[in-house]
Parts: sequence; C-alpha cells; structure tokens
Amino acid sequence: MFTYNVKLAIKSMRRNPMMTTLMVAAIAVGIGISMTTLSVYYMMNGNPIPEKSDKLFAVTLDSWGAIRPFDDDRPERAPHQLPYQDAERLAGLAVGKRQAAMFESSLIIEPANDEEMPFEATARVTTGDFFAMFNVPFIYGDGWDRSADAAAEPMVVLTRQLNERLFGGEDSVGKWVTMNSTRFQVAGVIDTWEPTPRFYDPINGGFQEVNEMFIPFSLTRVLELDSIGSDWGWKAEEITSFDQWLNSEASWIQYFVELDADRDEYLAHLDAYVGEQKKLGRFERPMNNNVYDVMEWMEYHEVVANDSRVLLGLSFLFLVVCLLSTITLLLTKFIGKKSETSLRRALGASRTIIFRQQIVEVAVIGFAGGLTGLLLTSFGLQGIQYLYESPPGLVRLDWVIMSTAIAIAIICSMVAGLYPAWRVCQVPPATQLKAQ
Amino acid sequence: MLQMTDIQKIYRTELVETHALRDMSLAVTEGEFVAVTGPSGSGKTTFLNIAGLLESFEHGTFMLDGKDVSHLSDDDRSIYRNEKIGFIFQSFNLIPDLNLFENVDVPLRYRRLPASDRKQRIHNALETVGLASRMNHLPAQLSGGQQQRVAIARALAGEPRMLLADEPTGNLDSTMAGQVMELLEDIHASGTTIVMVTHDPILAERADRNIHLIDGQVSGHSVACAREEILQAAQA
Repeated sequence: MFTYNVKLAIKSMRRNPMMTTLMVAAIAVGIGISMTTLSVYYMMNGNPIPEKSDKLFAVTLDSWGAIRPFDDDRPERAPHQLPYQDAERLAGLAVGKRQAAMFESSLIIEPANDEEMPFEATARVTTGDFFAMFNVPFIYGDGWDRSADAAAEPMVVLTRQLNERLFGGEDSVGKWVTMNSTRFQVAGVIDTWEPTPRFYDPINGGFQEVNEMFIPFSLTRVLELDSIGSDWGWKAEEITSFDQWLNSEASWIQYFVELDADRDEYLAHLDAYVGEQKKLGRFERPMNNNVYDVMEWMEYHEVVANDSRVLLGLSFLFLVVCLLSTITLLLTKFIGKKSETSLRRALGASRTIIFRQQIVEVAVIGFAGGLTGLLLTSFGLQGIQYLYESPPGLVRLDWVIMSTAIAIAIICSMVAGLYPAWRVCQVPPATQLKAQ
Repeated sequence: MLQMTDIQKIYRTELVETHALRDMSLAVTEGEFVAVTGPSGSGKTTFLNIAGLLESFEHGTFMLDGKDVSHLSDDDRSIYRNEKIGFIFQSFNLIPDLNLFENVDVPLRYRRLPASDRKQRIHNALETVGLASRMNHLPAQLSGGQQQRVAIARALAGEPRMLLADEPTGNLDSTMAGQVMELLEDIHASGTTIVMVTHDPILAERADRNIHLIDGQVSGHSVACAREEILQAAQA
C-alpha cells in the first residue's frame, strides 16, 4: 500500500505543478536556511578526534601570583598556558603515555632556488609525540623521535601545501630546508589535516588553519624562537635575555598529555610537581592543577559562542514559518481533492486509509523539499566559506547533515500535514452521489 | 439480499429539518433487478446512499446479505461496502490521471488482494465490458459510453453481491445508453442483484420490478412486463 500511496502522491503532485512547486520551495527554503546554520553549528560543536578525545588532556597549573587570580570573573580557573620552564620540566619527566608542549612561531624560509625570495611561514614548535597523539596523517616519512627532541636536532615536518611549494610535492624526506639561517632536515610531510575545531590550540583560534610546518620544541632555546601566539604574565620581572624569558613566570606554552591511566593519577603527579616548586618559592596560590579532556577544553574556551545557539534557534523558527505556509497550501490542495477523496471513500477506502494516503503525499513533498533544501544548504555553505574565508574543512556537507536534513524535512512536513490530512479524511463518501 | 424496515433519515441544518426518508420499508431479493423511481426530492438518492452504506440513518433496521448493518462503525461500513457493493454513478467518476487498469484497480487496492489476483480480476472485468485492449488509455481518451463501461468494470471487478446504479445512463446519448443497459442486463442475467435509480420510465420498465418513491416513502411496486414487450414499446 505504501508504494501505491507514493505513486498516487507523485500523480497528485504532477496534477498541480504550481502548487507543488510552492510547497516544495517553502520547505526547501526553510530546510536550506536551518541546515546551513545547523551545519556550521555542528562542525563547530563536533568532536574533532572522537577516537581518543577522552584520552587527551590539556594541562593547567595555577602558577599565578597570590594577590589576584588569573581570571577575576572565574577565580577557580588556573592560567590555561604554562610557563616555559614548567612545560620543559613536565615534558622531561615524561609521565603519561605521550605529551606535547607547544606554541606557534614563525620562521623565514630561504628557498634553495636563488630566484625565489625568502618568505615567512608559521610553525608549530612542539615535541615529537604531537603527531602520534593527535593522529596526524603522513604522506611521506614520519615525525621525529624523542632522541631528536632530546638532542634538539633541526628536523622539520612540512604540510602538504608547503612541501608542494618547496619541493613540487615530491617525497622530500631527508632533504634540507634553510630557515632562520639554520638547515633543517625534512622528517616527514603530513597529508591534509584540518581538525575542526582546532582542538589542540583553541587559545589562538579554534577555527584557524593548521600551521605550515612543525619543528622540535627543544629548538626554542637553541634558536631563540619567539612565540607569535598569546602570552600572559603577572610578575614584574627583569627580562634582558632569552634565557631570562624562558625562566620567567610568563605563561605561553600549551601542554597536552595522552593518558591510558586514570586522570587522578596524573593529577597526583602534577600536585607532586607543584609541591616541589612551592618549596622553591614558586606557585604562591593554593594548589589548583587541572586536566581537561578535548570536549571539556572546547567548552572551557567557549569555542561555540552563545550567539551561534541563538542563530540556530532563529533559523529553526524560520523553518516553522515556512511550514505554516506549507500547511496553508496543503489545506488548499486537499480541499481541491474532495471529490476524488469522496469517490475513494465510496469505493471502500476507510478514513484511516485516506489519512495515510495524504500523509504519504506530504512526506513525498517533504522529501522533495528536503532534497532541494540540501542544494540550497550547499550554496549557503559555499557562501559562508566565501564570506568568512573559513578553512575548507569547516563548511562541508557530510552524510550526517544530509540525512538529518531529509529526516527533518519529511518529519516536519508530515507534522504540517496532520491537520490538512485530518480535514480531508472527514469528507463523507456520499458527496459524489449527492452531486448528481 | 436487502431488507430495510422503517428507515428514517433526517437532514438537519440550523434552520430546518428535512425528512428525506419516512419509515421506509422495502426488500430486494437476491438476483433481482430493481428500478427505483420517483420525482426529484422523493428520497431516491438518500435511499441509494443508505443502501450503499454511504450514510447512516436515525431509525430503523437494515439487513444486507443476511447481516444487520444498521449500527456498523464508519470503518466497518467501508470494509463491507468494498466487499459487497459495486457502484455505478451517473457521471462515471473515473479518476482522470489514472489509466483504465488503475481506475478499475482502485476498489481492489482497499481489499488488499495479491497483485496477481487483482490483475486477473481487472483483466476479466475489462474483458466483460469490451475494453481490455484499451487498459492503458486514460479516461479522457474514451467516449462517454466507454467511460461508463469502465465504471461498470470497476464495480464488477470486486465481484460484488449487489450493484447500485444511480442514473447510469443519465449522461449518455440514446445509443450509448442502450449499450450500457444491455450490459447491465447481461450482468443481471449472470446472477448479480442490481438496484438502479432512474428518472427514465422506459429504462425502469426494463427492470424486474419498479419501486416508486414519493416524499421519502414507497408509494407503490410494479412488476415489469416481458423484456421483448418493452423493447417493442421503445422501438415504437
């Protein structure tokens, strides 16, 4: 009976193409607007590394001064970056499965080809564990190992794009790149990798692009690498050398750890470390060390702003308005089908059968509206990408969104069709005979 | 086959009550061909609606094929109507965007018969009315007489116990009307009970029995003469 009803629905839609077009258009516009908003919200709010988001933790230590907390509005919060000296020591202690200390920097690349001008490229200065921790995909080679970290070897991992620019996209592992007058050996080239949000560094922007290359954290001291990211400080310190900067209380290093064990065990390790530092006169505030898993870290930094939620609500209200228009059109359409309905009733169709037939018809209209709405969503997302110059990964139309759009279109249409369908199934079967 | 006793039907509006049937009693036996006649407003259509389980009534008893159908629910009336009764309407009432096969298929769909069974029944019914070769045509591609024959095929496909015809030749010219009447007589000859509402006394005379309604009541019965006599009278 379902197939029969679908066939009848298609015939009915063809019978009045203008009204069908209006109904499909009303649903499509509602779906297009709401799905565009939902897609962006979903991408912003999604789990960027679901396979291990509960095993990766951002680390915070309350190294702030005794007089006032790091955040006056949220005094319970510790600074969300670490002083370099603490990050360096924690990385050296290597408690936990893997750890990544990191910050953003930039270097001047001197191309081998004399005709090309030197250019600046951003780098993530980090430990070798970064790649395995965050499941970074490689097309050539690999990251560097802990011995390279320990020896501060000038290694570099390039993104696909930078490798394309420097080496024409060929396998460049083992080749050399000169940056800031230092020769770096290429350890690997990563494939396209755009985790959305950029969970490992929401501090410098959850929706920024991945840096163009990665170099060992231990080179910071050797090459006196400056951070181009955010830094915070509370203590008036005399800093006249790079070593003094590295040994200062300024917080500018992000620190992640991958744990197989319980987080409490790692917190105990942090407390023990801070306890030792307190004996040296540092960490003046009460013990306040924390670890946050990936989704907690996204929430902590409010990667998805409240404005986005309001916008999402408004877009669904717009969908409701579109559906109300559809209800009006459906009522008009179904009233036009009174004589056929009455005939079908006379020939043995019960009210339930007529009701089902109308509901299937609105579901088919909803399906058509959903498909057209997906097309509009696709245009909407391309528009957003163009307007905001967002990274390509942020605004993609995936299967979850597509099936959600179709499901919402069908369900909403069926709900919108309930009243018109109920009205039409009240048509008495005798109307046809009385009309004689 | 059909037994109505003291049936009363009243149509009510805010201002007025209309007594369409007033304690009407009549019976139609199995295999009969009955014509119901009467002036406009006499209650013919109301009688047909009630006989076809299309409308309920206020008072009385209605037995159809041995079952009391006076108090059936709306859904049960639909099922019983689909199984027991075939309708033929004055204006054919074919669905314009369904072809002949699909139009005849409509009542069978609601009986949930297997596809092969439905196909066989539709083919047989269209064969009976002489339109099997045109089953893929749309109603608009047929003449009025052919359309009424499709409507008869639709009524026959369900193998009903009783055919209810409301002015079946009212929209046809005399030639086509004659063909349709001959078809109904053939169907009756094969044993189907037919109740036909008509204004036309000549058509009514071709039935086994005439029931005359006035003011919602049976005013008289008459048994038809031999068919040959009627045909001669018509030709004269």
